Amino acid sequence: MSTTLSLGSKAGGGRSMGHRVFERLGMLPVLIVMYLLFYALTVYFSDDGVSNFMTLNNTMNILRQVAINLVLAAGMTFVILTGGIDLSVGSILAVSAVLGMLTSLPDAMPAMSLPVFILSGLVIGVFNGALVAYLNINPFVVTLGTMTALRGAAYLFASGTTVLNNNIPSFEWLGNGEFLHVPWLIWVAAMVAVVSWFILRKTILGLHIYAVGGNMQAARLTGIKVSTILLFVYAMNGLCSGLGGAMSASRLYGANGNWGVGYELDAIAAVVLGGTSLNGGVGSIWGTVVGALIIGVMNNGLTILGLSSFWQYVAKGAVIVIAVVLDKWRQKQSMAN
Amino acid sequence: MSQIVLQMQGISKRFGATQALNNVQLTVHSHEIHALMGENGAGKSTLMKVLSGVYQPDAGTISVAGNPVVINRTTDARNVGINLIYQELSVATNLTVAENVFLGSELRTRWGTADTTQMVARTNEVLRSLDAPFDATTPARKLSIAQQQQVEIARALIHRGRILIMDEPTAALSDRETEALFQIVRKLRNEGIAIIYISHRMAEVDALADRVTVLRDGGYVGELNREELEPGRIVQMMVGRPLGDFYQHKTGRVPGRVMLEVENVAGGKVKPASFKVHAGEVLGLAGLVGAGRTELARLIFGADAKASGRVLLDGKEVNIREPLNAIRLGIGYLPEDRKGQGLFLQLSALSNTSMNVLSLHSRAGVVNHPALRKLTQEAIARLNIKVPGPDGIVGGLSGGNQQKVLLARWLEICPKVLILDEPTRGVDVGAKSEIYRIINDLAASGVAIVVISSELPEVIGICDRIVVMREGVITGECQGAQITQENIMTLATHATSAAA
Repeated sequence: MSTTLSLGSKAGGGRSMGHRVFERLGMLPVLIVMYLLFYALTVYFSDDGVSNFMTLNNTMNILRQVAINLVLAAGMTFVILTGGIDLSVGSILAVSAVLGMLTSLPDAMPAMSLPVFILSGLVIGVFNGALVAYLNINPFVVTLGTMTALRGAAYLFASGTTVLNNNIPSFEWLGNGEFLHVPWLIWVAAMVAVVSWFILRKTILGLHIYAVGGNMQAARLTGIKVSTILLFVYAMNGLCSGLGGAMSASRLYGANGNWGVGYELDAIAAVVLGGTSLNGGVGSIWGTVVGALIIGVMNNGLTILGLSSFWQYVAKGAVIVIAVVLDKWRQKQSMAN
Repeated sequence: MSQIVLQMQGISKRFGATQALNNVQLTVHSHEIHALMGENGAGKSTLMKVLSGVYQPDAGTISVAGNPVVINRTTDARNVGINLIYQELSVATNLTVAENVFLGSELRTRWGTADTTQMVARTNEVLRSLDAPFDATTPARKLSIAQQQQVEIARALIHRGRILIMDEPTAALSDRETEALFQIVRKLRNEGIAIIYISHRMAEVDALADRVTVLRDGGYVGELNREELEPGRIVQMMVGRPLGDFYQHKTGRVPGRVMLEVENVAGGKVKPASFKVHAGEVLGLAGLVGAGRTELARLIFGADAKASGRVLLDGKEVNIREPLNAIRLGIGYLPEDRKGQGLFLQLSALSNTSMNVLSLHSRAGVVNHPALRKLTQEAIARLNIKVPGPDGIVGGLSGGNQQKVLLARWLEICPKVLILDEPTRGVDVGAKSEIYRIINDLAASGVAIVVISSELPEVIGICDRIVVMREGVITGECQGAQITQENIMTLATHATSAAA
């Protein structure tokens, strides 16, 4: 916390240097301001002038709540960077959670649950990707279709009920265990973010993803196999959704067809809040992390303040739009300078 | 009889680091066809976008019929009678002609619904005055480019335009369509409308213009009356120096063995085409816009599928199914549409330059960033690219520097054959000259180069041999002393039109 703050004050120093740092930071200042604002509000509205918003405990809480959305948003970042969209992640999560939980039942193959969670997500992602990449169908349409169909499939697999199982030794750690006093959920989300960052920034594949999103025609004329890249990003997103399914099923010791409804929109919101352009070609995983944290801090803060969930929806929607407007304005400023 | 209808003074406009217009003036009278001339990048289009409200000038004043006006948006321009017909036509092909003409200013009945009867009647009236061969209810998608242009002219007339701006209106027209357009333009002039005609084609200006204003590198060079019009003089004003030394770029080349051989390659509009290019040679591919030159290049490069024919590289037949195959073989293709098909505008110079050679500078798929940075810095230095550094975003660069970044990308593959499609389009004069130098250096180092260009002086100035296409067919070849504007134009057009 203190290091980020000192970074912020350093940014005010050299003019052009400051501008560059400010650009790099993206939405981070918004996150910090929001965090401090919620701290102030929780202190102000508390009876005894003490707020536990900024405690280690609550911070872990926020991060744990953010973890699944961050994993989904990381996958979504790949897709949106190519100028695509994937509406089916919530449904993939449900299918993967249900299939994984079914596998975990005593008369199935409990040891295979984790691979089933992840592979089912991957397979569906490959299917989405193949339709987009090789049949040239608009990704919005493809994933709207799979979103709807997979939601039905999830209910069917679960036979309309909730698959419960309290005995899941093979993946109980994922949702409930800790490593070095930090929940595994947070470790996994952090690892997904780091791996995504590595792929996007350090590998040929990553540069090709930016190229395809920036200018698909030019990418083709530069010898990039555009279809392969598209297949990869949807597969990656499916994989992340499957992982998300494992995380939520483990945390809740169960799964049903209703899991993950609307998660795709939270994931898209995090990506967009993070400054990634829906037109593709511009954005970063770092921005997505900040975007997911903004949503998490807001959810947590509003809950602590005791705001009804109806108002939380309103507030979340408003913040998304305002933040993106601000970001547009900020980019315009930095272009002008 | 004629009076000043438009006066622009001291107009300046800057985009980022580029001074697009610097203290430019323009005076247009009624009953006048006023040609605005200049090389690509001279500022013609920018000036007209200022006039039509697309851009706001940083400095300068505009007055229409003696009254100062402020034009902040396109509707302001329309309200004072200024109408711009873009190079890229803005006809909505899903609507009818009348709907297009009244788009954004639809007439209403007293119930608030669209008054189709009235709109159709008024459109037909205007179309008749233009002798248009279609009527108001025709769907716009059925119209040719020339006819779509007439729709735009009709739109301007409906809005009682006093000043009509036409931005290179003949770029995509046939000879006959061009002549028909000229008649319309003259007729409008005689009815008192002032026409600002943007072009860099001498012949058109000669045939049409009553007065000419010349711009160069964003600055005002001068104005000429009808009596003073003389091609040599205008060209000199446009280029800023006699043409002679501008194209002195044919040195040190020693054409060697045949590097690329194209045999009966056909596909799309391209009829079976055959030609050869030698190592160290610059071959020009000339012809009118739409003659099939780009299409032929794309077939060779594997961007589109060949229907038939074969390609030989250095004597061996090669199988090119997609661009990646061509690139691996050492064939590069610089597309004509730099922004649409070439560059990644939001990405850095580094990404743009190194995109073809990432696998050479990586290990197990992980790129070696320091190596890419070094390579980009070398390219920036070698091609004299003005960019803040390897991380500079390419979208903010001038046309010339963008083109050099794209050239750099192709130079990285150490090409054996390089196909350059309109390499100097939208590039300022200085960068143009540098690109000619780069082309010559490449040829001198043994690269076989194919240059597609619609600018005859350019093709003639830099090529050793010229192949001409017309309507998808290679109609002939010129070499040595045969390389003249007349010979090429005869091959590029129907010989009968030479009289026109």
